[in-house]
This record gives sequence, C-alpha cells and structure tokens, in this order.
Amino acid sequence: MPTLRIAHGRVYDPARGLRGEVADVCIRDGRIVDSLPGDAPVLDARNLIVFPGGVDIHSHIAGPKVNIGRALRPEDHRHDPVSRTRVRRSGVGGTVPSVFVTGYRYAEMGYTTVFEAACPPLGARHAHEELNDTPMFDKGIYTLMGSNEFVMKYIHEGRPDKVRDYVAWLLRATRGYAIKLVNPGGVENWKYGKNVSGLDDRVNDFDVTPRQILTTLAAVNQELKLPHPIHLHCNNLGVPGNYALTLETMQALAKQRVHFTHLQFHCYGGTSWGGFSTRAADIAEQINSHPNFTMDVGQVVFGDATTMTADGPWQYRLHRLTHRKWFNADVELESGCGVVPYVFKEHNYVNAMQWAIGLELFLLVTDPWRIYLTTDHPNGGSFIFYPHIIRLLMDRDFRNECLERVHPRVLRETRLPNIEREYTLEEIAIITRAGPARALGLKHKGTLAPGADADVAIYKDDSDREAMFEHPVCVIKAGEVVLRDGEIVQHVFGRTLFVDPPVPDEIQKGIREDFEKYYTVQFDNYSLPTSALRAYTAVPAGQAAGR
Amino acid sequence: MSQLLTLITGRTTTQGKTLHLGKESKEFLEEVFKVEMNPEDMARRGLADGAEVRVRSEHGEMKGRVKQSDVPVGLVFIAYSYFCNQLVGGDTGGTGMPSSKGIRVQVEAV
Amino acid sequence: MKRVVENVTCPFCGVVCDDLEITVENAEITEAKRGCVLGRYTFLRHNDDRATMRVNGEPATLDICIEEAVDILDRADFPLLYGLASTECNAQRKAVEIADLIGATIDTTSSVCHSPTLQAIQHMGDSTCTVGEIKNRSKLLIFWGCNPAESHPRHFSRYSVTPTGMFVPEGRKGRYVVNVDVRKTPSARAADLFIQVEPGADYEVLTVLRALVNGRPVDVGEVGGVKVEVLRELAQRMKSVKFGSLFWGMGLTMSRGRHMNIFAMLALARDLNQYTKFTASPMRGHGNVVGAATVMTFSTGYPFAVNLSRGYPQYSPGEFSSVDVLARGEADAALILAADAVGNFPGRASEYLKKIPLIAIDPKESMTTRAARVVIPTAIAGIQAGGTVYRMDGIPLPLTQILESQYPSDLDVLSRIAAGIRRRRGLPETVAAHADAENSPRASV
Repeated sequence: MPTLRIAHGRVYDPARGLRGEVADVCIRDGRIVDSLPGDAPVLDARNLIVFPGGVDIHSHIAGPKVNIGRALRPEDHRHDPVSRTRVRRSGVGGTVPSVFVTGYRYAEMGYTTVFEAACPPLGARHAHEELNDTPMFDKGIYTLMGSNEFVMKYIHEGRPDKVRDYVAWLLRATRGYAIKLVNPGGVENWKYGKNVSGLDDRVNDFDVTPRQILTTLAAVNQELKLPHPIHLHCNNLGVPGNYALTLETMQALAKQRVHFTHLQFHCYGGTSWGGFSTRAADIAEQINSHPNFTMDVGQVVFGDATTMTADGPWQYRLHRLTHRKWFNADVELESGCGVVPYVFKEHNYVNAMQWAIGLELFLLVTDPWRIYLTTDHPNGGSFIFYPHIIRLLMDRDFRNECLERVHPRVLRETRLPNIEREYTLEEIAIITRAGPARALGLKHKGTLAPGADADVAIYKDDSDREAMFEHPVCVIKAGEVVLRDGEIVQHVFGRTLFVDPPVPDEIQKGIREDFEKYYTVQFDNYSLPTSALRAYTAVPAGQAAGR
Repeated sequence: MSQLLTLITGRTTTQGKTLHLGKESKEFLEEVFKVEMNPEDMARRGLADGAEVRVRSEHGEMKGRVKQSDVPVGLVFIAYSYFCNQLVGGDTGGTGMPSSKGIRVQVEAV
Repeated sequence: MKRVVENVTCPFCGVVCDDLEITVENAEITEAKRGCVLGRYTFLRHNDDRATMRVNGEPATLDICIEEAVDILDRADFPLLYGLASTECNAQRKAVEIADLIGATIDTTSSVCHSPTLQAIQHMGDSTCTVGEIKNRSKLLIFWGCNPAESHPRHFSRYSVTPTGMFVPEGRKGRYVVNVDVRKTPSARAADLFIQVEPGADYEVLTVLRALVNGRPVDVGEVGGVKVEVLRELAQRMKSVKFGSLFWGMGLTMSRGRHMNIFAMLALARDLNQYTKFTASPMRGHGNVVGAATVMTFSTGYPFAVNLSRGYPQYSPGEFSSVDVLARGEADAALILAADAVGNFPGRASEYLKKIPLIAIDPKESMTTRAARVVIPTAIAGIQAGGTVYRMDGIPLPLTQILESQYPSDLDVLSRIAAGIRRRRGLPETVAAHADAENSPRASV
C-alpha cells in the first residue's frame, strides 16, 4: 500500500492540541505514521489547511425509510441528476440522493465517516446492502430499540439483565453500532394511532413508561460498555412547549452518558404555533453543566427537505399540518417510520425560529467537544449545506446578514442578534471531526495521530468559509487520494463499523419462543452474518468511552 | 355477430404450478387455453362445455376451449399466458401499464 | 445420502416464506415441506424445461454466448434491459451497472404489474406496515381486486386471515374478512362478505366509500353494481375497528383507471387514519420484483422505467416503460433477465421484441428464450445461488444455495458481460466495482 507525506500543511488536530501548526502528516498502508523515509512521495500542502476527514454522527442515508423517501420524491430527483464519468456512477441528488451520489457528495466536502442514524432490526439487511454500495466513506447504523417489544416486555418483568442480554444480541444480529431511541414508547402507541406526551405516560399493552425505557437502556449501555452512549431522539419532537419534556428527560438521565440528537427540534417554548418561542438557552445550560451529555444540533437550512424519522405520530402530525404526501410504515415488534416532504421558509415565523434556535445552541453551548454539526439530513435540510452552516458559525457578519432576511420577529425573540461569538477553525474541526469521533468511541477517527486511519481533508484557507469547506483541495481515504481538484479520482468503498458486545448463549433460547409466535420471519434468518457486509471492522465493547 | 364480453386475465394456482413444468408443457397449455364462461353467455352463443372457440379483441385473437364456470354474466376469464396477451393492446395510456383486465372481446365457435 | 436444509426461503412469490424444509437426496430435491403448491413446484420441478446455452439456435459455449451478448449490447443505440425480477439482489445491482455503462433503458417487471401502485404512491404516499403488524393486530381485512388464494397461497395462513396474533389471540374468529372483485374467486370463499363490482368501476366504488367514511352525503343508491347501503355498512365497520387493513392487486392495477384506482385506495386508507388505525398494502411480487424496485430506487433514484442514455437517470412511465418502448419499435436490442417478456407482454410489444437482437438470461425455457438470439441458462436464485430477496412488505430475507449448478449464476454472467463491455470500450477493469460478493475484500479488526 502506498506511502504519502502531506508536507508543510497547517494541521488542525484538536485531539492532539494542534491548531494550525505547520507539520507533516505521514501515511503508510492506510494509517497515519510517525515518519517516512525522505524519498516517500510528497503532497505539497504549503499554505493549506489539513483536517482529519469529517465524521457525521447522525444522517439518514440508507435503509428502508430512506429508500421510501427516495421512492416518494421523483420530483425532487429531477432537479438534480448526476452524470456518470469514467470513474463515477450516475445517480440523482436532491434531498434524498441515490447511494453513489451520497458517497460522492460527502467526499466532496471532505467527510470520510458517516452513520445511518436509525434502522429497524428487520431492515438492517437492507441498510447494509445500501451501505455496501455507498462509496467513499466508512459507515455504520444505529439500531432502533426505544419501542422494541422485547425490551418493553423485559422491563415490565423487572428484568434489566434480560434487557441487557437482548440488546447485546440485537446489536450483533443487526451489526449495529449503537442503541437508538426515537420517541421511546410513542412509536409503540402509534401502532394503534396514539402517542405519548409525558415521561410517565403508559405505553399501551406493555405497561411501561418512556422513563423506564430511557433509564433502563441508558443503564444497559453503561453495563455493556458500548463505545457510544444511547443516541436519543426525545419524546415530543417538534411540538411547541416541548422544551419542558426535554429538560425532564435530561433530569431523569442526569447521571448517565447520553447523546441527544437533533436537539434543536426539542428546544421549543410557547403553547401554540403562534406563541412559538425559543428555550435554547435553557437546554444549552443543561448541556454545559452535564459533562456526561453530548448532542448534535439538527440545524435547519432554508429550502427543501424530506422529513423521515421513526417518529410515526410526529410525521402524521406534520402531514396533517402541511397536507403534503405522507408515507407511514410500522414494523412488527420493533419500530416504524414516517416520511413527509417539507420546505423551510425564511418568511415563515416558526421555520425562521427553528433556524435561529439551532444557531443559538451552537453559540451558547461552550464546550465544542460535546456539540456536533448535523442537519439531521434530510430532515432539517441536506448535508450538502454543512459548509454554509460553518460559515454562519465562523462569520458573524454573514450570520447577521442572514438574520436580516428572515422573519423579523426572530430578532426580538432570540438572543441571536446579540451573540458575538465566532467559531474558530479549531472549533470547527472539533464539531465536525474530533468531537463526533470521540463521542462515538472511534479512536482511529477524527484525528491525525500516528495509528489513526489515514482519512484526511485538505482545504484552501479561504476567508469565504463556505467556499473553503465546499471545495477541498484534496481528500484522502484510507491513505488513497480519492478527490483532487474538485473531482472524484477514485471510487473506493469504506468499511462498515459495528460494535461487538459479548452475547450470552441463554438469551437466544429465551427469545426464540416469542419470536416464532409473533414475528413473520424465522429466528435463524434474522441475524446478519458478516458476509452480508462488503468489508467491516468490529469494534469491541468495553473500550473506554469519551475522554 | 355476438355481443361483446369483458375479458379478465389473471393467475390461477394451476397456471402458477404448471409453468414450472414449462410453458410448452401439456399441463400449462391446457390451463391457459381454458375460456371460463357463464352458462347464460354460453347458451346465447350455442357453446357447449369444452367447445373450441376463437376469442377476438381489436388487437388480436386466440383459440381456446370453453369451461363452464360461475363467472358473472358478461365476463370471461382466461389464465395468464402468451396467448391471451395477444388480445391485450400495447397502448398503456402513458402509464407503462397495459390494460390486461377489462378487455372487450368476442367469443365464437370455431 | 440425504440431508435436510431448514429455514429455506422460497423465491417464487411476494409472501417470501422462509420456513421451508428442503430434503435433498443424491443432489435431487425430493421434498419441500411447508411450501404451498407453487413453492413445492418451484423446488421439486426446478429441473424441468431448463434452458440450453445457444446462439442462433445452435449450442454454444458460455464464452461465445458472453461475447455475442457483449457485441449486441455494445453496438446498440437504444438497448433495453428488462426483467430483473426472478433473481437475487446482487444480480439486480449488476444489471443496473450494465445499464449505466451502456446508457440503456432499464425496466423491471413492476412495469406490467404494480407500476400503477408505484406511481400512485409517488403522489400520495401510503399508510402501511410489515405483515407481522397485520398478523398481530388487524381485525378487518379487505382484499380488493386480488386473489391471494391462488396468487399468494400462504398469505392467509401466515399473515392475515387465520394466524394467531399477539392482539388477535382468537385467530380467524377475531377477524372479519371482506373480498371485493368482479367475480367470485377461491379467495372469496375465505371471506365473510363478498362484494361484486362491475369491471372498470373500482374507482367510483372506492370514491363513494371514501365519501361515506368522511361523512359526506351520497346521493346515489348504487355505484358500480354495489348498493350504497352495503358500502355504508362497510364504512362504519372500517371506522370502528381498532386496526383494519386493505389489500389490492392486479384487479386494480390492470383495470380501467390503473393508477387512479390506487389513488382512490390510498386516499381511503389515509383518510381512515383520522378515525382509527388503517393500513393499505399492495399484494406484490412474483419473484423478487420488490428487490428489483428496491435496488433500482437506491441505485438510480427511481423504481422502474429508467433511461440512462444521457448519462444520468431519467424516469418516465409511458416513455421508458418496456411495453411502450417495444410497442413503438424504439429499442434496437434487448437483454431480458429472469423474466418472460415475450410471454407476458401484449402482442404488439412481444412481436417487436422477437424482431430485434435478443439476449435471454434465464434458468428455464420460455417464450423469450425461444425467440432469443443468445440464450444463457443460469443457476436458479434461491436454489442454486444465494443472495437477498425482498418480501411484499419490503423486508429483506436471505436466499440459500441448496444445490450446486453446472450453470453460472446470474451475477457471474452479468459480471462477465460488464467486464467484456469495459474491455471493448477501453474502460478500466475495476471501475465502480459492485456487489461482487465473491470478490469483495473482507477483513476484521
């Protein structure tokens, strides 16, 4: 495998405290190494910025609900066809790109690791098939468990030990990377058209509460020593006044490691759409005072989106509000999904507030190591707008210009006009690379330390930060140059990352009986062999999390 | 000149299983040449159960054998194959989908 | 020597039973336990009427067949790739790769099956679920324009009418079954209520039913041969059940109205969700047509009728759908994979297909292989080749390789064709490598 010295670049490696110092980055056999012989090939990075490859901790890019989204949006695809080249396959872009285009466009921003944020176990094989074909980055899936009927049954029986063993088994069966919760308990109630709105609401037929589901799975995560905490989409997403439930959830989990996802959607005050207000400051305060919490923003970008989540009741509500087409698919014993197209408009008061709330979170949370840049793609907008968001964070004048264009009430309702803070390049490197990698427990990602994966993104130091991050000069994946001068020069496939906790034998006997009664697939056909993955890395559980 | 009937083509269990034996197998052909008709429609055309008939639409024709059944008056049913597809038009009305059910046909003794 | 293979997935219809037990004795399948009659025939008679490798009717080697196929596809100005259904997903991905390579039109059997469904869903969405939700919760089942007893034989017993569900412990007794069709089929016999509709009147009947569900006044006494009183009662039942399910099939997609019939069906289910939980599910799939739609969608963005002549995917039913492309005489070559186009298309389309250079890749003889210039028999997916198949509700399941085959798999053949075309065009060998499962690098930590 090739060697390469990236020479004289200004290196940003927050994990090692490098903030633009001129240094060489040496690569051999797909990894960063300490040094190379003098005659190794050189990539001259003089005056260029050298970052680790980007890490997207939450995106919807593969699996049943994403493909439903693709099928639902031919009108969106038609605006953005992507031609094949000698190197690249053709496809479509828009808010739900085809798999090849997903890979290329992430690479075109310098991203080299992306996680599919929510997959029902029955659809895991599908998600992995799509990921097998999604080029250019390393990837994984989070396995949905927050309304899993086995989990709820064992909680009701008072058997957290069985929950633990089941979770370990399920992660391995689905080759998942983390425990995902979406509107815990609510998705189960949706199966008869209902929801939950409080932590102590009863989940029909299973007689447990969202609080129990949350605390049990957080404790299981801890016991299994999984590298990433529970990845949580709180109850009541999108609803005015939902900040209260978010705070209550944080209180319930105050001593646990938790990753709160797309938290922007959970910071709303007021009691109606007209009275919609921001409570971002309250939420930011909780993040600031709890070093065990991490979050990603779920920033809204004006323009087209396709909302897709496992939060069936919320998706139905959005359909009723907007009268846009609506796809719903409940999954037996496990979860469900809803997909509804949407447009975020600058002149819509609520949308403009959502936009501002995301920015408030970015700017009010003080520790960049615990807040990450996402749009909950494609819910808040496409991932291709990450460079635009970076500019909003780094360039206060630009941010204020944009603020002038949105619904004027936002100026009165949020703190945004008065926030002077501008993100530094180092902080951007943290919220788009180093921080997510650390939260995921991926020691070899988000850093250019010797031993790390040779995933590197090289940028021009452009004062227009959007242009800078939109057009990396060069991107290297696993030691190979994959993008140069704006063109994909090599089509590579990354590896699928999954976590591999120990699974006690007895649990399978325990599950089998109920499984065969209520599922419609054979127990022995449910688990995925590693041969279903093109290439993979199994990450053992028990690695020390975070710092 | 007999009245037009409405043809429905579709799958049957026998058609589904015999296609594994081959689409030129005796069993498959026997099934897909059956023209299921209501006794009233049969009587009106002087057709006995098992009679050889020609089924004609504006697009093409096929030969088959009458099978008396409980299809509603005015309806004819034939199991799906290359032969009944000769009766189906190629115009999909811009949808991609041919009209394989509800075709107006004439059925006459051969 | 006898062995029994358990948990075998049947590849024949959209029910995708994965509980078959196949007995193999001396390299022959002698039993297919739990298979319905269609499944049993699929396994037990898999060797009947196998295709032979030939070019222009004369026996030929695989190498010659591949070369001939490459030649036909390379030269064509407007090639058509069609079928994809009765094979596994890796082969389907490879077919899309070839279409991308040569700028072909690529279309699947959905085109003549559930394309109206796919088009309607693009407009409306769908309120649906996996079949286990139906089994566990649904107490009102309405089968409209479909005949599962003959097309999806184990649907009733595995997923809908008779099984014991988590919240339907009484099984059949806990469910009310309605069958709506133009004629009484064997499926009607399983129903508590049969409603006969005049041919071509489904749209009107569904629309009146939706009006009744929404409490709108209806000023006719009868619609499409159905008494409005019957519909009124049905609407009441639908609104008051805790969980109800609609199903539809070719009776709606192939009849007058086509996608409009499905619009009406989907709108009905959507509106019912204001009152209770209601799902609507298409009875999909012969072979792995759902897999084909899934692969097409994630690879190109669109489920069928895709053209790549301009170097990017364009989608247009009616323009790029196979029946139209052939009926208008537009394609100048065709590769038919795992489908019997000549047997299944309307006369004008199939007659044209017989006139152009035709490559047929299929385990068995068919009207298509008999008309083809190049015939390449392949291993049967699900018996002699593994891979993935997708069920009618979109859930993926593994296919097992039970027997060896003297023939290459669909994936092998297509990979060789792709490689041959690249060689001819001077393109690098390993550009955008795909689901070549055999060749992919594997490694662990």
